[in-house]
This record gives sequence, C-alpha cells and structure tokens, in this order.
Amino acid sequence: MDGGLAILARLVETKGDALLTRWRELLLEAGASGGGRIKDAELQKQCREFLQALGTALNAGVDARGVAGPEFASARALLDEVSRSRAAQGFSPRETATFVFSLKGPLFEQLRDQFADDAVTVSNVGWEMSQLIDQLGLYTMEVFQRSREEVVRRQQEEIAELSTPVVKLWNGILALPLIGTLDSARTQVVMENLLQAIVDQSAELAIIDITGVPTVDTLVAQHLLKTIAAARLMGADCIISGIRPQIAQTMVHLGVELDVVSKATLADALALAFQRTGRTVVRKAAKG
Amino acid sequence: MDRIPILKLGSALLVSIQVDIHDQLARALEEDLSARIVATGARGVMIDISGLDVVDSFMGRMLDNIAAVSRLLDADTVVVGMRPAVAITLVELGLSLTGVKTALNVERGMALIGDGRYEALEDDRAAEGADDRDPG
Repeated sequence: MDGGLAILARLVETKGDALLTRWRELLLEAGASGGGRIKDAELQKQCREFLQALGTALNAGVDARGVAGPEFASARALLDEVSRSRAAQGFSPRETATFVFSLKGPLFEQLRDQFADDAVTVSNVGWEMSQLIDQLGLYTMEVFQRSREEVVRRQQEEIAELSTPVVKLWNGILALPLIGTLDSARTQVVMENLLQAIVDQSAELAIIDITGVPTVDTLVAQHLLKTIAAARLMGADCIISGIRPQIAQTMVHLGVELDVVSKATLADALALAFQRTGRTVVRKAAKG
Repeated sequence: MDRIPILKLGSALLVSIQVDIHDQLARALEEDLSARIVATGARGVMIDISGLDVVDSFMGRMLDNIAAVSRLLDADTVVVGMRPAVAITLVELGLSLTGVKTALNVERGMALIGDGRYEALEDDRAAEGADDRDPG
C-alpha cells in the first residue's frame, strides 16, 4: 500500500476543485477575508496556488525535514507572501493562521469519502495530513511574527528620527529638545543631528532641553556628557535646560554629575545664551 | 622629508593638517611649532583639521601634546574645523581634548585667540545686516 502522503498527493490532485470550493467556503465562514480587506478573487487565487504547490510538494515526496525541505520551497514562498501581506494589512494572528488550518477540514472530508470503509487508512493518513498542516501553520505564524517585528523595528527607527529635531533659536544658537528615553542608539542619532546642525548653521551655542526625558540615570547622563563633549570638540558650548525637580533630586541621590552649565527652563537658557553672545533683549516702550 | 607648513596670521600661528600624521611628522611639527612660537612671540596656535576624515588615538594624543607645549610657551591652542564624524570618534575613544580650545572654523578660532571672545565676529555680523535685531 502507498504511504499516507502519496495518498494525500493523489487526493489533492484529483479532488483539487472540490477541496478548493470547500476550503474557500470555510475561509469565508471564519472571516478570513478580514471584512473585505482581501478581495474574494485574490483569496481564491491564493488558495488555488497553495493547493498546487502543496500537490507538487507531496508528489515530490517529503523527507525527514518535513516542510523545511526543498520540495516545499514554492509552498513556503506562497505562505511567506500570504503571511507578510496579512501582517502588513493588520490581520490578527488568528485570521492569518486560519488560512492554513482551515484546509484540514476539507482534506479530511475528502479522505473520509474516499476510504469510507477503511477506518485505519483514514486515521493513519489523517494523522500524517494533520501533522503536515500543523507544520505549515506554524511556519505561517513564524513568518507573521517576523513581519510584525519588522514593522515594530521600522516604527522605532522612525520615532527615533522624528523625535530628535534640532531647532534654530537664533543666529548661532541651537536648541535640541529631547523627548523620551535616551539609549545608546538614540544618542548616536541625536549626536549626529546636533553636530551636523552645528556645522550647517555655524552655531556657537547649543541648548539641550531635557524636559521630555522621563528619567535621568547614570547611563543617560553619560550619553548627555558624550554629546556635550562632541559638540565642544566642534567648537560649540552646550547648556542643559529643563531638569525637573524630581529628576534633579534623583540625579543627586544617584551621584550623577553633569559638569556643565544647567538652567531650569529653556527661557533661562536662552537668556544665558544671549548674554554670552553679547545680546540683550529689551521691551519696547509702551505706546503712549 | 615633508613637513607641515606653519603660517603666521597676526599674533597667531596657523597649522593646517591635511595628511595622515605619523610619528616622525608629529615630532617635526612639535619642534617646528615650539621654535616658531618663541621666534614670533605668538599668542595662539590654531590647528586646522578640517581636512582629516579619520582621527585615531595617536592623533588625539598629538593634539594634547601640542597644546601642553604651547601652554608652557604662553600660547593658547585652538583646534578648528573638526568634522562631526571625527568628533564622535574622539568622544567614543574617550578623548575629549580637555586642555584644548575648539572652534568651528578658522575665523571663529581667530576671534577666540584675539583679545575678546567673539567680539570681532559680532562686529562683522552687526555690519552685515539687521537680522540680529530682536523682532519683539
């Protein structure tokens, strides 16, 4: 007698159309179209192509590596695409996994119809089929997870870019309003942005405002000091502003020392910057 | 042997480093510079490193040495024109050149060496236009 997978292969080949119809019904029932995010035609195309790839793989014979083997390359590529596109479209893990797992039902139904009087074959082939689909399902979820992680990583990068603007306050006076925690990666971006801005605007003073930094521990302080040292090497002085009272207390308790001029508010820092560059701000006399 | 030229600009000396420095060149520069400081009675030394893409710890130590020698001869050292990438590298190496003054470019460096900080520059700017005026 043929191995279970060979029987499966023949089943997929001969009953392809019936499988496809039933599979699609189940998918639609389970809401795998994601409320219209995937068009019916597209879903049908994905199903048909996957069945074909599965049939080819089963015909080629499955080795010990299971779905990781070379026979399943095209099936995996298809699942990659399906999983990635669903992750990008914001499908839930359940909706994505349903795509593969819902194939189990139709396959089993066909198997039962074909071997109605042979319970042993049904259970044996059914078991192999079930394991295969499970592996494919797990693979889909891995890809899905990876795609989501990629999205998160990209967003982190974008946030890091967005949240480190360098603002020109006056001729030669820059402000760097920091928002969020300073880690090594962000410090690098901040430093590069600041130094480039110093060159571009030939700035002589930079005010680093840390009102938006939630906590300042020894590591953050070290990152700040690095930034300040780099700016000094470029010939620009730095003033720190916006240290909140709680943070000031924490810093003292931790023994963190910032050996630079610091002011309570950005306004104070700007006033100091004006003073250092020999400027004064005067109020116009009120109109009489 | 090639040497790094030392130019006299008013009361300051200008050294522009455009090539990679090796031991011999560094020693030659130190000797030349100290001799020129004494001979000209210069008040400041400007080292322009805007031509350098790469700076290593040797270079950082050399700058520190020159600064120390100049200080003994009563001249300020100003390093000018450091590139952002170079500044980041030096900081990551732990060299922040504490004994050395820094400036963005030669013009600023000159103002720093001259009697008052930035005064010359401020005069220039005031003459340039009204963009310095407070808008409020």
